[in-house]
Amino acid sequence: MSSATTPPDSDPTGRRQVHSMLKLYYGMNEEGKVESLDPCDINGPHFDPEVYLNKLRKECSLGELMDHESCTVKQIRSLDSDMQTLVYENYNKFISATDTIRKMKNDFKKMEDEMDCLSANMAAITEFSAHISGTLQDQHAQITKLSGVHTLLRKLQFLFELPARLNKCLELQAYAQAVSAHRRARCVLQQYSHMPSFRGIQDDCHVIMEQLAQQLRQKFRDGGSSAKDLSECVELLLQLDEPAEELCDKFLSHAQSRLEADLQGLEAELIDSLVTDTGGGLVQKTNPGSNPVSPSSSSTTNPFLSPTAGTDILEFIDRGCNEFVSNLCLVIASYQELFINHPQEGELASKKIPEMANGKLHVFVDTLAARYFSLVERRIQEEKGVGDNSLLVRALDRFHRRLQAISKLLPGSAVPSQGTEIVVRAARERIKQYLSALQTFYHDSLTDVRQALAAPRLSVGGASASGGGATSKDATPSLPELLTSLSNFILNQLKSVLASVHLFTAKDITFSNKPYFKGEFCSQGVREGLVVSFIKFICQSSRQYCESAGDRGGSTPPALLLLLSRLCLDYETSTISYILTLTDEQFLVQHHTPVTPVTALCAEAREAAQKLLNHYVKVQGLIISQMLRKSVETRDWVNTIEPRNVRAVMKRVVEDTTSIDVQVGLLYEEGVRKAHSSDSSKRTFSVYSSSRQQIRYAPSYTPSAPMDTSLLSNIHKLFSERIDIFSPVEFNKVSVLTGIIKISLKTFLECVRLRTFGRYGLQQIQVDCHYLQMYLWRFVSDENLVHFLLDEIVGSAAHRCLDPSPMEQSVIEVICERG
Amino acid sequence: MEDDAPVIYGLEFQARALTAQTAETDAIRFVVGTQSLKFDNQIHIIDFDDENNMINKSVLLHDAGEIWHISGSPADKAVLTTCYSKTSESRVLTCAAVWRMPPEWESGSHESPDDSSNNPQTLELLCHLDNTTHGSVACVLWEPMGDGKRVISLAENHVLLWDLQESSTKATISSSATLEGKGQLKFTAGKWSPHHNSTQLATANDTAIRGWDLRSMSQIYCIESAHGQLVRDLDFNPNKQYYLASCGDDCKVKFWDVRHINEPVKCLEEHSHWVWSVRYNHSHDQLLLTGSSDSRVILSNMVSISSEPFGHLVDDDELSDNEESQQEDKGKEPLRDSIIATYEEHEDSVYAVEWSAADPWLFASLSYDGRLVINRVPRALKYRILL
Repeated sequence: MSSATTPPDSDPTGRRQVHSMLKLYYGMNEEGKVESLDPCDINGPHFDPEVYLNKLRKECSLGELMDHESCTVKQIRSLDSDMQTLVYENYNKFISATDTIRKMKNDFKKMEDEMDCLSANMAAITEFSAHISGTLQDQHAQITKLSGVHTLLRKLQFLFELPARLNKCLELQAYAQAVSAHRRARCVLQQYSHMPSFRGIQDDCHVIMEQLAQQLRQKFRDGGSSAKDLSECVELLLQLDEPAEELCDKFLSHAQSRLEADLQGLEAELIDSLVTDTGGGLVQKTNPGSNPVSPSSSSTTNPFLSPTAGTDILEFIDRGCNEFVSNLCLVIASYQELFINHPQEGELASKKIPEMANGKLHVFVDTLAARYFSLVERRIQEEKGVGDNSLLVRALDRFHRRLQAISKLLPGSAVPSQGTEIVVRAARERIKQYLSALQTFYHDSLTDVRQALAAPRLSVGGASASGGGATSKDATPSLPELLTSLSNFILNQLKSVLASVHLFTAKDITFSNKPYFKGEFCSQGVREGLVVSFIKFICQSSRQYCESAGDRGGSTPPALLLLLSRLCLDYETSTISYILTLTDEQFLVQHHTPVTPVTALCAEAREAAQKLLNHYVKVQGLIISQMLRKSVETRDWVNTIEPRNVRAVMKRVVEDTTSIDVQVGLLYEEGVRKAHSSDSSKRTFSVYSSSRQQIRYAPSYTPSAPMDTSLLSNIHKLFSERIDIFSPVEFNKVSVLTGIIKISLKTFLECVRLRTFGRYGLQQIQVDCHYLQMYLWRFVSDENLVHFLLDEIVGSAAHRCLDPSPMEQSVIEVICERG
Repeated sequence: MEDDAPVIYGLEFQARALTAQTAETDAIRFVVGTQSLKFDNQIHIIDFDDENNMINKSVLLHDAGEIWHISGSPADKAVLTTCYSKTSESRVLTCAAVWRMPPEWESGSHESPDDSSNNPQTLELLCHLDNTTHGSVACVLWEPMGDGKRVISLAENHVLLWDLQESSTKATISSSATLEGKGQLKFTAGKWSPHHNSTQLATANDTAIRGWDLRSMSQIYCIESAHGQLVRDLDFNPNKQYYLASCGDDCKVKFWDVRHINEPVKCLEEHSHWVWSVRYNHSHDQLLLTGSSDSRVILSNMVSISSEPFGHLVDDDELSDNEESQQEDKGKEPLRDSIIATYEEHEDSVYAVEWSAADPWLFASLSYDGRLVINRVPRALKYRILL
């Protein structure tokens, strides 16, 4: 207010002074005003005129004092004028305020009178209003009553018209309208049914509704109506108090007839394909017999042909899915829509329809699914050809995938899990089929190998008879080739089977992430059931060759034994671990269950290889033994002529041994042999042996010392190791040949011991043995073995000789070198 | 135990023929025939003194020739037959003869065994089994448990049944049979069955085993290729009438039920060379002895096919209830088919093995170098079988 009263033209300094003074007046003490403490500040509160004057007088000159005085006077004057102005203004305002207050006092007095008048008027209005409403009361009650009667009459009219209306609806087939109309009337009719007229209406309605329900049921029963119609039907019937259970049954039986038609279609197809399938199978069976062609083509194509006749499984499953499963899904969906998910009102809700309906639906789905599954399973079982697995896998995948729809629709259903079980069974079956296919394949390959071996063997026989060692070399080199091709065939086949089986676990297949396919299928199914079983089968069938051939006297060609032995050995060294690693990698086998370790399989393979090789040695040894035995047994050794030649049998023995050596050398390494002494060469060797022989049996010809021989030979035996004739051999050529030669020479020895010799008989034996010595030492690991056995033969012959006069060593050498 | 140590006896000559003295039931006695072309052959009668673990021998001269086969009469312990080879005019023929040991050999040998070798006594020839028309004799078989009056000789491909008359000094052929067929057929071994009232005979030729009925002298069964190679020996199970063991050049020992000849009942393959001899123990037919040219003798325990089998393999026809109840007592710890022992005392081929006639736990084996080894069944096994 003070600022407002200050004149606007006053200078800033003056205005400030006014400000501060006002502030001072109102107690608004501005902090930090230091100058106010100064007693010389003329504007400060502590201004002391004495001090101020003293100070001025002390500091200023006269002129200055004069100036100061004039300035001060000026200031005082302006201040006085300001003061006057302010006082004047304030006075004016006060006067005007007093006037205003006086005026207001007069106005209020007038208003009070008007208000009193208003309240009087309002009281009068209230009174009037109460009066009016009092008079109108009666009339209003009458109107309400009249309107009530009007509605009742309209309702009655509706009721009386109902039968006709219903009839009309029936004619127009507007069932929905009819039902809703009837529903509205039903309660009333029920309530007033003791009155004859209402009863008549009710009866009429009943008849009509019965008719309507009949028609609806008829419609429901008719197959042709669409799903939507059907559902409408069901809804109406439900509203008509038709028992829901019956409706469910009817609905389901209706659906069943349609689904059954689908199933029958599938079955018909199944039977068709069955008929054509067996036809195809017959054709297949006749194939291998009529067509024993080249090894690879016949064996690879044959067991792996899929039955092309009839529809393939994918088509079948497709059809099943598209017709049966999708229809089933539709049925389930509409059924659920009708009976289960449908919001129930009123008394319908209390009947627990959803539970009942759900139970029925499950039974229904289960029975139908069971039939469907049995059909599918039959079809899968027919899938015996193991050629293209992808078709089956795709079919199974589709089958499985479509069943997931059911699981979504019907959460508690066992159908999808049953479907998974079928897939699992099919996979298991598949593995078994692959195993048997592999086994047949293996047998076929072996038969092929056998045939391939049989052909050149004939030419070997012919060639060796004519004395050509070179031709036998030309004929047999196919042995390593056969081995590699056989093992490649098997490996490739196994790989392709693995690839086929691998489809089951492919990522895009829905069932591949089921626990079975992640775990058991890989480890127990593929690894154990397929790969390990197959390897075991190879070992086992190889072992069978040893056992069966023993009785029938070498029905298996020896070369095959050798080949199989090498095959098993290769399996032991590398192939098994390779196959298993391959399997483990491909299938990411996690061994939850104990699986056959690689080492066990290797041991088995090695055992088989050993057995086969032993058997090979036995068979080959037997062939040579037989020759030697016959040659010793059939000759009259007492009355033989003086030896001029080495007997042909011995040459044959050496030739056969050489060809066996070549044969074994094709598949097995040389092996270690004891270092040949310097007298291994032919000449020095014969000197060595002759000197030995002289010592050995020369004294026995002198009748005076019969003990010496046995003593000498006993001493000799004391220091030489016992020779196991049919002992296991090592996996190398030398060991094999040693085994064969041991068997042959031991037979020779035993046969000689059973005969009696004349002079020339003994000499012939000497010649023969020397000849054998010349050629056989190079095949064996320890030539002393040959020396020992041959010495024993000559010694025994000398013992069994009536006139033991041995031939000159030089003559023997001449004969041998000539022959 | 020390009783397991074998007793070894060495002959100066090579030998293949060994037999137990069948009629002797008190002393453990074996008879060995030697083979020598240059010297007089001998028959060594070896008495084993079980208590002192000692051998007493006596030597009889057999100057007819080297001995291939020897067998003792079941009725008279002094009578035996030999098959010996005789060389005449550069022709070797194996003949057979019945001999009697001189009565003094027994007393003489005990006093001075050294003398007997210096001045050996000679066998007394009773009669020849004349075979000039039939060829070499492979073996002579006495009628088992007979009265020593009937023998069979197998000569080449003929089976000859002889009657010995006038205290064995005269032999006449009462009946004979001939094996006809392709090639050179020759019997290698034979065995007279102790069952069926001694009316059956089994023979081996090449790989086949044949059974004969001696009443009609006709073949009753034939196991073709019984072995992969030559069949070397046969023996009948003394307690089971249809069971037969055979051995041969395929290193195997096979057991046959002659009623089902398609497959052997069992097959052993333990030897590493030809098996020359197979013998059932006379009392405990699970014990089987085999000798082979791998210089080994193997004693096997074939419980499963014996007359005292274990468990379900009991042959109901042949076991009385009494035996079955005994079986149950033993059943706590049934014995398995197994090899009991392999004897490696020999250093040359073993051509003959024989159980003692007197002691069922004792047996002898003979190798070509003239070494006779007498062994016992291990005591532990013996008690298990007995108790």
